[in-house]
Amino acid sequence: MSLWQLLSADFFLLALVAGIALASVAGPLGSFIVWRRMSFFGDTLAHSALLGIAIGLMTNSNPQFSIIVSSLLFALLLTFLDQRPSLSTDTLLAILAHSSLAAGIVVLALSGAPQVNLEAYLFGELLTVNSTDVAWVIGVSASVALALAVFWDRLLALTIDAELAGIEGLPVKRLNLVLVVLIALTIAVSMKLVGVLLITALLIVPPATARRHSRSPEGMAVLASIIGMGSVLLGLLAAFFYDTPVGPTIVVVATLLFLVSWFAPTRSSLSGS
Amino acid sequence: MNTSDQESTPLVRARDIHKSFGGRTILQGINFTLRHSSVVTLVGPNGAGKTTLVRILLGLVDADQGTVERRPKLRVGYMPQRVSVQPTLPLTVERFLRTSSAGKRESIVPILQRLRIEHLQNQQLIAISGGEFQRVLLARALMQQPQLLILDEPAQGVDLSGQAELYRLISGLRDEFQCGVLMISHDLQLVMSATDEVVCLNHHICCHGKPEQVSNHPAFIELFGPNLQQGLAVYTHDHNHEHDIAGHIKPGKAN
Repeated sequence: MSLWQLLSADFFLLALVAGIALASVAGPLGSFIVWRRMSFFGDTLAHSALLGIAIGLMTNSNPQFSIIVSSLLFALLLTFLDQRPSLSTDTLLAILAHSSLAAGIVVLALSGAPQVNLEAYLFGELLTVNSTDVAWVIGVSASVALALAVFWDRLLALTIDAELAGIEGLPVKRLNLVLVVLIALTIAVSMKLVGVLLITALLIVPPATARRHSRSPEGMAVLASIIGMGSVLLGLLAAFFYDTPVGPTIVVVATLLFLVSWFAPTRSSLSGS
Repeated sequence: MNTSDQESTPLVRARDIHKSFGGRTILQGINFTLRHSSVVTLVGPNGAGKTTLVRILLGLVDADQGTVERRPKLRVGYMPQRVSVQPTLPLTVERFLRTSSAGKRESIVPILQRLRIEHLQNQQLIAISGGEFQRVLLARALMQQPQLLILDEPAQGVDLSGQAELYRLISGLRDEFQCGVLMISHDLQLVMSATDEVVCLNHHICCHGKPEQVSNHPAFIELFGPNLQQGLAVYTHDHNHEHDIAGHIKPGKAN
């Protein structure tokens, strides 16, 4: 298959559109995760999504719907637990992440669902997305992007210093919840694309790449989106030509871009300011 | 509400505040009133409960016992002890100030000029010094047009000559903004000239009153030792000139 044939093939275009939609919103959302040091939180949420899928399969409910519901429930649970610091947060997150992943796999096995492809849930299968999946991804990404735009300044104030934001009259707990719900929704729809184990990478790596080259939060968010979209496009092409799994290839490309950016001159060193 | 009401209603009044953390008593039986346009300084050793009291007054922490009344719709400007901005967040001073709920672009420059840090406007927040950061935090608190300004160790990270100037600046702000000021400090000798009233706190209120009274109070001397009084003497005669931020003696304004 030539490059041109590939670029005009339906499966490729669907995958590309879904991946780009996801990467565009993962840029700003992932920036918040990086700024607030929530990467472990995102990871835990992603791991626990597998349990949601397994329960969805057992109860024969719409898989997309059951992932979204379970991610939201887990996000609320984590937020609730986080406000009760009886265990150190990272310990708590680690326990939840690994136990829910394990429980998910066990439940999947018990469910007796005939041809469950575990690998697809762990690493994603972007090339098998259909138009319904793409509609979900675009719908959720657009909603998340809209919410981020509406709440941007307030979320930024919360991120800088929650206490200060609270004294200045912002509803800190509710804003925190908004961010957590947006992360949960994004993770839920990206499950099928990049899988449980790679979602956090897509959220974290592009903002980390953008950091050294940004002077404002908005600049970093937009640059992270562009880098994420570039990683999706290059990753898809590379996966096709080298016959490698798509999700991991995208993450590898994103990581290579991160490494390259580490050695690239920053904007401030170029402009000297 | 007319002006005289405004001025007679306390900004904050705390009655019989008790607070303990994990079985350790931090505050007991604190009564505290802060009125319009007065500058009150909380002094006390480390761990005396100064920050906890302020957090209770702000409503950030609930007291175990006792009540806090704040004047309705009180506008508070709060300068925390520290704000640790993540190095992963690229942020200029101006953008930082604009994330404040009162942060309008046109109100930023005058306040930066008032605090003489306008040169920092487009600097990255993580690149400025500790003393500069304190002034940026003060600018942010002032942007609220506060009726009550609360400052937790405002002179932290400011060098010694800058500290005296910062305290003078703060007492000037009270007149300019017509606000009450509550600050925490552990260096009474520097705060002396800038404050109307000193409250000496060590889990309970040991003594309070005018700074000269408090510094001679037996409870205060017991807490801080007699050395501090010598420190006071050093400061009071060192008062015939002012330093600018760079530490140079400013012309004129001899006291």
